Amino acid sequence: MVASAAVRLFGMWASPAVRRVEWALKLKGIEYEYIEEDLSNKSSSLLEFNPINKQVPVLVHNGNPIVESLVILEYIDETWKDNPILPVDPLERSKARFWATFVDVKCREESRKAFFMEGEEKEKAIENLQVQLKALDEELEGKKFFSGDHIGYTDLAVGWMAFWLGVGEEAAGFKANYDLKFPNFSRWMKDFLAEPVIKDNLPPREKTVEFFRSFKQLGSCTKVNQK
Amino acid sequence: MTSQNPEVKLLGAWASPYVARARIALHLKEVQYEFLEEKFSAKSELLLKSNPVYKKIPVLIHDGKSVCESMIIVQYIDDVWASSGPALMPGDAYERAMHRFWTIYIDNKFIPSLFDMMTSPTEEAKVEAKEQTMASLQLLEEAFGKISKGKPFFGGDTIGYLDIALGSFLGWMKAFEEMNSPKLLDKSNTPLLCAWAENICNNEAVSAVLPETAKLVEFATVTQTRFKYAPPAK
Repeated sequence: MVASAAVRLFGMWASPAVRRVEWALKLKGIEYEYIEEDLSNKSSSLLEFNPINKQVPVLVHNGNPIVESLVILEYIDETWKDNPILPVDPLERSKARFWATFVDVKCREESRKAFFMEGEEKEKAIENLQVQLKALDEELEGKKFFSGDHIGYTDLAVGWMAFWLGVGEEAAGFKANYDLKFPNFSRWMKDFLAEPVIKDNLPPREKTVEFFRSFKQLGSCTKVNQK
Repeated sequence: MTSQNPEVKLLGAWASPYVARARIALHLKEVQYEFLEEKFSAKSELLLKSNPVYKKIPVLIHDGKSVCESMIIVQYIDDVWASSGPALMPGDAYERAMHRFWTIYIDNKFIPSLFDMMTSPTEEAKVEAKEQTMASLQLLEEAFGKISKGKPFFGGDTIGYLDIALGSFLGWMKAFEEMNSPKLLDKSNTPLLCAWAENICNNEAVSAVLPETAKLVEFATVTQTRFKYAPPAK
């Protein structure tokens, strides 16, 4: 283990973006101090370290704050070089980044709509999400993980879907039907969640479903403010 | 600077600032490439094949393999042609994180409000977008002060990743100023960015690529139905 009292992570227990950073830290064996934030009453430290977005996660290393979970992942990989999570080859790196931003921007947008909306808009969002899942399914053809035989950057980036998509479906009453339609993706979800670093670092499912259920009832996007 | 080298192709369009990002990087690294102009009316077979997920430009095709998304392309160019031209990414991991963070900010906050300022359907929405745009520019002004450390660019002495991310939009920013938007960069509010804009536009790799303001104004006016832009009464 690389002991480093100089690493702090501001997070929130239900947040997928925060877990993404924790998975990376644990994969690298980096010790860190975790600070749980109440997002309805943000700490002065959080606001000082992230005045622009006022969101979690924020990684603070040697007093320097880093914000945006994918940016944090690249920072972690570049700073602690054991167990690299990004590939070395430039083309493979570009693909890894491509899929990461695809899920973070496009899949998240459609998932949010499927979660919060009703009726026709909900149906349209589920349709769009399925088109996206198909692309991810095809990308997994012949591979155990997005990154190959072991989990890497892309898996950590897509990882929120393995757990939170199901949570969102249960909390908001919809089904994206990936188990029926997208066998590679379904298989990947199970394999990803079975990885020790991931399995031991997930929020409790029932509590998370309940959290998102009441989150939807509030009808507000601002509570779980994370990237 | 383009040549008929079959190894590197760039699918793009002259007016696209996202395409400009890739071109600036290629020029800075002195990479010879073939520029394939896409038409708005119909996407080419090559585009649909090389970017099936988004079907958007720019797409870099290197040795037959495609790379998509403008800033991913810029990082790819920096990695592959590391020994040519200036490094686009800083050496220090924390500085790299700052370039990446502000690029995401530019893409997610600044650019949408910049275009909303000109194309939103209601006056109220335009005013709100204008406030957001000006606020973003203030944040970018402060960021420049911290990141550049007194040097001419975000990248220091040479143009870097974040310079390309923002600088690629200077053509459109100037065009919008001509089209009656408020002054976006001015010496009293954003003196550092004003100086930066001048330095970056004087750089040969950028000036070779950024379209002329007049051409962009003409383009915007002609395609106003596409942009849903109604020029305000003067």
